[in-house]
Amino acid sequence: MLQNIIFILLLALGGGIFARKVGKIRRNIFLGKPLNRTDRKSERWSTMARVAMGQSKMVTRPVAGFFHILIYVGFVLINLEVAEIVIDGIFGTHRVFQPLLGGFYNVIIGFFEILAIGVILACVVFFWRRNIQPVARFTSPEMTGWPRLDANLILIIEVVLMSALLLMNTAEANMEGKTGYAVSNLLAPLLAGVSESGLHSIERISWWAHIVGILAFLNYLPYSKHFHIILAFPNTWYAQLEPSGQMNNMESVQKEVAMMLDPNANPYAAPADGAEAPGRFGAKDVMDLPWKSLLDAYSCTECGRCTSVCPANTTGKLLSPRKIMMDTRDRLEVVGANIDKNGSFVDDGKALLGDHITAEEIQACNTCNACVEACPVLINPVTIITELRRYQAMEASQVPSEWGLMFNNIENNGAPWQFPAADRMGWADNLEINTKNAEA
Amino acid sequence: MSAITLKIDTMAELAAKGEAPEILFWVGCAGSFDDRARKITRAVAAILHEVGMKFAVLGTEESCTGDPAKRAGNEFLFQMQAAQNIQVMNMYEVKKIVTACPHCFNTLKNEYPELGGNYEVLHHATLLQQLINEGRLKVKDGGAFKGKRITFHDSCYLGRANGIYEAPRQVLEALDADLVEMKRSKAKGLCCGAGGAQMFKEAEKGKKEVNIERIEDALETQPDVVAAACPFCMTMLTDGVKNKEKESSIKVYDIAELIAGANGLIN
Repeated sequence: MLQNIIFILLLALGGGIFARKVGKIRRNIFLGKPLNRTDRKSERWSTMARVAMGQSKMVTRPVAGFFHILIYVGFVLINLEVAEIVIDGIFGTHRVFQPLLGGFYNVIIGFFEILAIGVILACVVFFWRRNIQPVARFTSPEMTGWPRLDANLILIIEVVLMSALLLMNTAEANMEGKTGYAVSNLLAPLLAGVSESGLHSIERISWWAHIVGILAFLNYLPYSKHFHIILAFPNTWYAQLEPSGQMNNMESVQKEVAMMLDPNANPYAAPADGAEAPGRFGAKDVMDLPWKSLLDAYSCTECGRCTSVCPANTTGKLLSPRKIMMDTRDRLEVVGANIDKNGSFVDDGKALLGDHITAEEIQACNTCNACVEACPVLINPVTIITELRRYQAMEASQVPSEWGLMFNNIENNGAPWQFPAADRMGWADNLEINTKNAEA
Repeated sequence: MSAITLKIDTMAELAAKGEAPEILFWVGCAGSFDDRARKITRAVAAILHEVGMKFAVLGTEESCTGDPAKRAGNEFLFQMQAAQNIQVMNMYEVKKIVTACPHCFNTLKNEYPELGGNYEVLHHATLLQQLINEGRLKVKDGGAFKGKRITFHDSCYLGRANGIYEAPRQVLEALDADLVEMKRSKAKGLCCGAGGAQMFKEAEKGKKEVNIERIEDALETQPDVVAAACPFCMTMLTDGVKNKEKESSIKVYDIAELIAGANGLIN
């Protein structure tokens, strides 16, 4: 009975702390500017089914894709067993589904055990790819310190959780009148000499380690890149459905330009009642970004596929799309902590642009969308880059001088180069061609 | 075949006669001013004339779509350009547009509708593919490029930005050439280095220029011809070939130049 109460308290505590932190992250995300992403719902559901559930973008890199799917399937299915553990813990039962499912129960748990071995194998492979023979994208400058430790901790915790599960079943396989399952039967000889009471202790300790581990891991998620296991789903659902080449329209600018071009508009007219003061053009800080970019930042698991295909990064420029996402999340966390402390955001004299992301980084972007295409969870780093560029161009007037010249040329002669508009038809002078179609 | 001097109609001239073309040929700034890109413009015009598609250009009434301004962050300038162009095109009641520039294509097709400019916009790769499929445009026995090794460089704003990968390849297939893919192609294609207004400034500090990285991809395929479908890619790739001192053995052509050249439409 005492065990049940402790279990219920732990469950409530773990769930409660997690819910509180998730609430704060949700608040942080909606510090961003409004953006409607609830249109075309059926397309959104199918995108989420294909990309998040179906892992369609993961498999473009077959090795990482295969092992990732192993962990993903293991995670989703083994959670069914966690449901049993929770019920057992609350009601003091033991393997509550066993009598209900009969022989099928053994098949399922056996399958879960095989998956657990798969997850451990995948974690070892991933650990190898990060530490022993590192894949280039895991050794970039932004992948030192916490991001690197975070990645390794996740792998280690997963191995511990899976091992606890297997150890629990292996202990049980050796008990009087009990039986193991597919993998635990094979592992049973490992605990062959252990006394009955020793087996019971191992089984209980493993059981508690597994569930407490899961609760702890759950609360680790919101502080980790591993949060993607939850946010991948909403993030793909809310992804941009328009062609990736389409940059969003700025209605505020559109209105101003329409007024400038309207000969009947009175430039001195007072703004209409209730008209909102125009906000900042573009983004200097995280709250100037559309909320989806902030969801993107929390969804990023720092895999670096974006950076590994970025033409600027691979030719040695400072820009790294992954760093753009990490910086955005870091700054948003600082802003969130500021709000927690002060009730509302108090200017800290810092901003995303300048203190985290430099002008040199955003200027190097080709807007080629290779990063967008590469992201397995449909994150769009280009939106953040272009929003920061908008601030640089329209608020700070800090663009490279050549861009300033290009702007002048477009304004004065309608072309980015200094050619007179009158020469636009020059290509058609003496246009000699051969043709079968001689009329004209 | 007969040699003629082609006279290009402007929308204004046709409107004065009470006529309208089947399609507006949006030339773009590169196609209008850049010496190399002007050849692409001439090839497109020669093809449109050959198939008897009545077309016109805006001429001096055309102005930059605003794409580089928008990508560099200057939404004001973009909106000014868009408003001006849309006003002109709506005045002429333009319905259908073809352009040889993927950046103009992307802006006209995706970003003008919200501002009141609704047109059917085609990149010339798609138009050429349609003309070939309809049998209106043929390449006799493959023409001069038959059996040549051609590798196609995907423009970001045609490919990833708008999902057009097959049209330019189908156009090249009409040449009966040996089409070879670079290791990075289609959705994984590497940028030429010009996009996002990079064309108009020096690159940031790094260890390599993007166009050199890209031309190395192309050279790996040991091509006779590097095919492009974008005037900015054309500049970057041509510079890349020169940098590798391969300009005598490897030519960079736009797909329109290849089709027009194979048919002997242009010299």
